[in-house]
Amino acid sequence: MDGMDTAIAILVGTIRAGTPLVFAALGELIAEKSGVLNLGVEGMMLVGAVAGFIATVLTGNPYFGILAAIAAGILLSLVFGTLTQVLLTNQVATGLALTIFGIGMSAFIGLDFVGTPIEGLKPIPIPFLADIPIVGPLLFNHDALIYFSIVMFALVSWFLFHSRGGLILRAVGESHHAAHAIGYSVVKIRFLAVMFGGAMAGLAGAYLSLVYTPQWAENMTAGRGWIALALVVFATWRPGRVLIGAYLFGGITILSLHVQAVGYDVSSHLVATLPYLATVIVLAMISRDATKIRLNAPASLGKPFHPGA
Amino acid sequence: MKTDQKLQRITAFFAVAVIAVAAGAGLLRADDPLKIGFVYVSPIGDAGWTYQHELGRQAIIAEFGDRIDTSYVESVPEGADAERVIRQLAADGNTLIFTTSFGYMNPTIKVARQFPNVTFAHATGYKRSDNVSTYLARFYEGRYLTGIVAGSMTKSNIIGYVAAFPIPEVVRGINAFTRGARSVNPDIEVRVVWVSSWYDPGKEREAAEALIDQGADVVTQHTDSTAVVQAAQDREVYAIGYHSDMSKYGPDAHLTASTHVWNGYYIDSVNAVLGGGASSTDVWGGIAQDMVELAPLNDAVPADVRAQVETAREAISNGELHPFAGPVNDNSGTERVPAGEVLSDGDLLSMDYYVEGVQGTLP
Amino acid sequence: MLLRLEPRQTSSKWMQYATPLIAAALTVITGVILFTALGRDPFLALYTFFVRPLTSVYGIGEWAIKATPLLLCAVGLSVGFRGNVWNIGAEGQLTMGAICGGGVALAFWGNEGIWLLPLMLIAGAAGGLAWGAIPAILKNRFNANEILTSLMLTYVAIQFLGYLVHGPWRDPDGFNFPETRLFNDYGLMPVLVEGTRLHAGVILAVIVTIIVWIFMSRTFQGFKVQVAGQAPAAAAYAGYSQKGVVLLSFLVSGALAGLAGISEVSGTIGQLQPVVSPGYGFAAIIVAFLGRLHPFGIVLASLLMSLMYLGGESLQINLNLPLAVTGVFQGLLLFFVLGSEVLVRYRIKLTATPKEA
Repeated sequence: MDGMDTAIAILVGTIRAGTPLVFAALGELIAEKSGVLNLGVEGMMLVGAVAGFIATVLTGNPYFGILAAIAAGILLSLVFGTLTQVLLTNQVATGLALTIFGIGMSAFIGLDFVGTPIEGLKPIPIPFLADIPIVGPLLFNHDALIYFSIVMFALVSWFLFHSRGGLILRAVGESHHAAHAIGYSVVKIRFLAVMFGGAMAGLAGAYLSLVYTPQWAENMTAGRGWIALALVVFATWRPGRVLIGAYLFGGITILSLHVQAVGYDVSSHLVATLPYLATVIVLAMISRDATKIRLNAPASLGKPFHPGA
Repeated sequence: MKTDQKLQRITAFFAVAVIAVAAGAGLLRADDPLKIGFVYVSPIGDAGWTYQHELGRQAIIAEFGDRIDTSYVESVPEGADAERVIRQLAADGNTLIFTTSFGYMNPTIKVARQFPNVTFAHATGYKRSDNVSTYLARFYEGRYLTGIVAGSMTKSNIIGYVAAFPIPEVVRGINAFTRGARSVNPDIEVRVVWVSSWYDPGKEREAAEALIDQGADVVTQHTDSTAVVQAAQDREVYAIGYHSDMSKYGPDAHLTASTHVWNGYYIDSVNAVLGGGASSTDVWGGIAQDMVELAPLNDAVPADVRAQVETAREAISNGELHPFAGPVNDNSGTERVPAGEVLSDGDLLSMDYYVEGVQGTLP
Repeated sequence: MLLRLEPRQTSSKWMQYATPLIAAALTVITGVILFTALGRDPFLALYTFFVRPLTSVYGIGEWAIKATPLLLCAVGLSVGFRGNVWNIGAEGQLTMGAICGGGVALAFWGNEGIWLLPLMLIAGAAGGLAWGAIPAILKNRFNANEILTSLMLTYVAIQFLGYLVHGPWRDPDGFNFPETRLFNDYGLMPVLVEGTRLHAGVILAVIVTIIVWIFMSRTFQGFKVQVAGQAPAAAAYAGYSQKGVVLLSFLVSGALAGLAGISEVSGTIGQLQPVVSPGYGFAAIIVAFLGRLHPFGIVLASLLMSLMYLGGESLQINLNLPLAVTGVFQGLLLFFVLGSEVLVRYRIKLTATPKEA
């Protein structure tokens, strides 16, 4: 029984650790599917985290905080969109600059809110289902954002592969010139995709500042934006694999902490390399089949598009 | 020719006048406020290592008012940049500079050589020179006391410890805490999880939850955020803070905290420089010097435990009790300090083993 | 949509020189608004940010040495970026260079000679090269996306350095603190100007920049890289090996990043520490694009980036502005420079060779 409790605890911890990654990576996935590589996820997450936190402090309602985080993420993604889509700046460099700006900006607007305690988002047990042994605590006793992350996963999967909009999005990411020739506004579609990425990164930040560690502190994302970026490629641009990958990433961390807590000694530095090494190895393995990768990877990822050309 | 000589005389007069004025200005400068610089390793924030130093800075501002003029640089990386920042502070006329992280040791020594008239003080290091002092606090004394609290309050006899890196400072804290806990309850087992980061609220929280899942009903941390205290609050177990009083992050969970208090040291240092008597010192003060304090105990802590803590506090303060008084065994059973002796300061500084009661082996 | 408003066809050559001025003007205007809003004298703040750090010989030396690792990394990266090879793991290759070069200094500790520093430099470059070769091989052999693998390997390298410095390579006389011994004088870069930290690594960086410039503009290999980047189909038709370009790009950028690492360690730090770089490898990516991927443009861009760091410190020290403010200002500055910069690049492209539809 004890072992079962521990297993449930590890799995619940895994879901919680994976959730911010799910949000951020799903958003980035849509952006990349449209052909835009935004390396500014970390910056957008931080701005989302601080905006969500401030709104929660001011209104006392974490759900307003979530909305504010989404808005802030979108706002920052608009900067990125304008630069890369209108001014045709390099996406890699602009994304990195966005992160520098996001770190500074979030620290700046959060200065007066560091250390303000808030009531974070609480779990919402689903009636009856939450009382089922094992399955209940595992699946039906979470906070609203975790449920929402699953909803978003379903929506993104449906949108990408079963909707007309998804088809257009993928077409734009595949060949912007062809899509343009058919008459789609490449720039507009990419702008929308980038904004969605911003909204989701904002949500990911809000999960950290409102649920996971309900507080605001500078740089509190501690590199999770980069892991989300890695996940998208790790998942070969498939939402289902993003979900699995996010929980796998979360799971490795949680498990290594549990292993230590039981008393096995492991070099903390070498354990910390595990998730990264695992990604490299898994990626090498799944990438061997070139056709599979080509099936999913947006062909014009990172390439600028100018309709006048 | 005559006019030329006249001109020369006039120029000479002016030159002398200018020099005199400059000299006078120089004399006046003596009454200028003493410029003091601080170098911080992280953002100030609201709790944690750097925040406690910032409290010290605030304390000297309150104490000396406009006799001093302080400035700080935050988030200075412990690499090549530290030397430039420290030097810049010195070049900009700061005559007393506090460098508050271990990684600033060599840069501080180097810059101090170029600025013999500036007084430097480096926290946690071991290198000194004519104008470089070092300061550190016996945090382990506070750890020992919080260990007593934790050991008295646990029911599962498992205490969780979230730690950053296995350096002597952290290991010393774990060991002192464990000895404190076992002094009141010899069945205590301390479990340590290393998170490989001084600051990662998410990971610190995950580590705390892992420990709680493994049965820990009191958790503490040697990292820089308040996430562990928050985790304890949410999971309804107890927590013990570190660096700062973290009670507002877990009003029910937070039993107490071992806090750093630099105010006194900073005030003394400023006084020494103002009085012209600054000399290189090596300060390693503890509870007796008020450099380590306990945050107010939670109402949940019963009176007998409070009394026990107070007794131990006084004993440490007047030197009757040493957290590492022999016999000290490491957790493989080897005797490290025989009965009747205490661990030397040198051995304390380089501690690299777990004492009895800590689970696992040191990575 | 909006793009149609851009009068690109009429762009004249002087605009190319005007755009940096536009970026500067935008930065000044924003700076004035930002600092005024914060209740500071805006012109004093701008002076403190851009000029004050350079008002002493020491300051100019710092400017150069802070630009050195950026320059080395960015020049290396620009080779790959021109060939559409995306190495974003220069930070890891830099760290590996520091580890390997520093390891040499530690291995021969106690019996050094004049040969030590050259050996360290070679080892550092080799370390970065080897670490850079991994994503290249994974890309060529397994088709693994190099953006991801090079980024992931960065974290592995940083953790590995942490492991060494906290463990086996700790200074035996250092009370178990996480840092290695200080290198002996033979393991340190010679200082060029008395009273500064300006070290020989700066000269190294300049020489390397010139070599890369010659390589890219005057050699057949460099030509192949450029063709592969601009017209992959043409490159394939001509029989140039895409795999060769990937490998070459990673080896060059890896080796130069490794050189940056050991130059930083032997030039300014003098030992290995858990952190040897405050993100030079990542900043270098921005620098490479600011410099329009041209070696001499990169020299200017790395000097600008370096000044941004110094200016941030200067604002903190002299005006007591918190780091957060300087972060915002730095971000805005980058946006302006990037935004106006690429407008120019695009225009040139448009007039020189019409883009394929």
